[in-house]
Amino acid sequence: MTDPAVPAASGARQFWRRLRTQRAALAAAGVVALLVLVALAAPLLTAVEGQDPTTYHPSLVDSARGGVPVGPLGGASADHWFGVEPQTGRDLFARLVYGARVSLGVALAATVVQVAIGITLGVAAALGKRWVDQLLSRFTDVMVAMPLMIMALALLAIVPASFPRPVLVALVIGLIGWGNIARIVRAQTLTLKELDYVAAARLSGWGTWSIARRELLPGIAAPVITYAALLVPTNITVEAALSFLGVGVKPPTPSWGQMLTAADVWYQAAPQYLLLPAGALFVTVLALTVLGDGVRTALDPRAASRLRVGTGRRQESKAAGGGTA
Amino acid sequence: MNGFTGFILRRAVGAAVTLLAISVIVYVVFYATPGNVAQITCGPRCSPEQVHQVARQLNLDDPLFVRYGHFLQGLVAGQDYSTGTSVQHCSAPCLGLSYQSDQQVTQLIWAKLPVSLSLVAGAMVLWLILGVGTGVLSAWRRGRFSERVLTGLTLAGTATPVFVIGLILMIVVCGELRLLPFPQYVALTDDPEQWAWNLLLPWLSLALIEAAAFARLTRASMLETLADDHIRTFRAYGVGERSIVGRHALRGAFAPVIALNANNVGSAIGGAVLTETLFGLPGIGQELVHAVNVVDLPVVVGMVLVIGFFVVLANAVADVLYAVADRRVVLT
Repeated sequence: MTDPAVPAASGARQFWRRLRTQRAALAAAGVVALLVLVALAAPLLTAVEGQDPTTYHPSLVDSARGGVPVGPLGGASADHWFGVEPQTGRDLFARLVYGARVSLGVALAATVVQVAIGITLGVAAALGKRWVDQLLSRFTDVMVAMPLMIMALALLAIVPASFPRPVLVALVIGLIGWGNIARIVRAQTLTLKELDYVAAARLSGWGTWSIARRELLPGIAAPVITYAALLVPTNITVEAALSFLGVGVKPPTPSWGQMLTAADVWYQAAPQYLLLPAGALFVTVLALTVLGDGVRTALDPRAASRLRVGTGRRQESKAAGGGTA
Repeated sequence: MNGFTGFILRRAVGAAVTLLAISVIVYVVFYATPGNVAQITCGPRCSPEQVHQVARQLNLDDPLFVRYGHFLQGLVAGQDYSTGTSVQHCSAPCLGLSYQSDQQVTQLIWAKLPVSLSLVAGAMVLWLILGVGTGVLSAWRRGRFSERVLTGLTLAGTATPVFVIGLILMIVVCGELRLLPFPQYVALTDDPEQWAWNLLLPWLSLALIEAAAFARLTRASMLETLADDHIRTFRAYGVGERSIVGRHALRGAFAPVIALNANNVGSAIGGAVLTETLFGLPGIGQELVHAVNVVDLPVVVGMVLVIGFFVVLANAVADVLYAVADRRVVLT
């Protein structure tokens, strides 16, 4: 809790201080930082191992037994730290760390697209003429109503196969999943628009564009960041799901979801072929979700303190003693 | 209840307009590139003349809005298609013919729908029970160790993709423990017991993931209600904690849960696609993935519209239920 004696710090500093007080969010931030580091350093890490994610190693799989990795532990050795992929013999460690690049990269890029479209259409709906608002809002309703997975799946059918797949998946997720951001931005902008300082700016003869950029954007930043932080793990799951279905990121580019496509066939001979990508997905989505919750609490302390009010009298007295945010 | 009937009517009209908008957007997105569609239908080895011929056969030379008009006409009144030698009549809700099999898309979907409905409906019952139950329990046991365990499990549930849970359940339950055979769809009308038995794992996989969101929401809205003044009054009058949590606070959580359930129908259908593919259930999800892989556009468009129909329907029903559950909702 913030000490009432200390004057409220502005914006970013206050945000960091509130985020720092949440242990779970801090731990999650550490995990996310580590994952980003692994993704960025993927070429370096695989160079240390001496492998790459795309080279086939036919000698390391037993073709007589359908392509089971040779040796115990799914072919894990000093050369191949996590073993090799069944059938192809591609290095699992390399595919896993390069998979982190795809997973995080696609999800972040998709989020950027979603936020950009959401802010543009949301502000346009709030500041535009009545018919513009009506048109954009109904369009947004439709986009929110349609399931992201289904639309992404369908859209991937009509794009030529020559298009670079990870970019395509990021674009498709981004172009579909912006509906809720647009709604949030529209609602927030409508509220801000009526405030005195915006009216003052308008009276001073500012144009709509500069009002939007200099007066409204800072005001919508908090809810947008909150929602965007929770969009990243969703996007990771969607990318993994699409790749799992075989329509997302395709081989030779590695992706965690795609690795799981055939994992059930090999779980006895090479359990890590199932457990590693599944675990990586779980840890990544979990860390990002916890971090997202932390960001929300840091940006909207009222929501957090509401939840802190307990059921019994014991908690009630504690909440009363804790003061109000 | 005149105002209420009017509200339902307005809501129905709104849903119809949304559906029409979805059909326009979907149609334009998927059919806006005429050369592309003909090329895709014809296959990669077609000569430009052949592509042109296919385009004419599919009426792709007509402007887009004319073709959309035909499409709508087919939906409302049916349509005749010539398949080279014979003419096939596609009756009333006609979504066109599959490029691949010349089968009517409506029939194709109709044949697969029972599987998907079985999956989603059964899972929905499970996720509502599991989710709301967990939420109530963790609100009631607030501050205790059991609440922490439940919160941890819920968080783990939100972080696990449905196909990962499904994979692990399938491997452990069917592969290692051999408690259940690998799921194979049996129609409800053929053998209800086998139907439920075979769908148990798919239901669980889908429900465990969706339940997590309900547990979080139920817990949050119950805690919010518990902090309200009227609950304090109940407590002051000596109403038992069990009755406060189980009856009064739960009522406050009812409306948000309905709203979330409507929102989650969409994501559950997405999850159903994954579950069907994973367990090899022959539902519309599996058909959609197949249609996407072979680029069978009429099937893809038809599926998207049918799924959109269900999502819009679910939202409309939820709005009405919401108004019934919470009379404070302004009927507009």
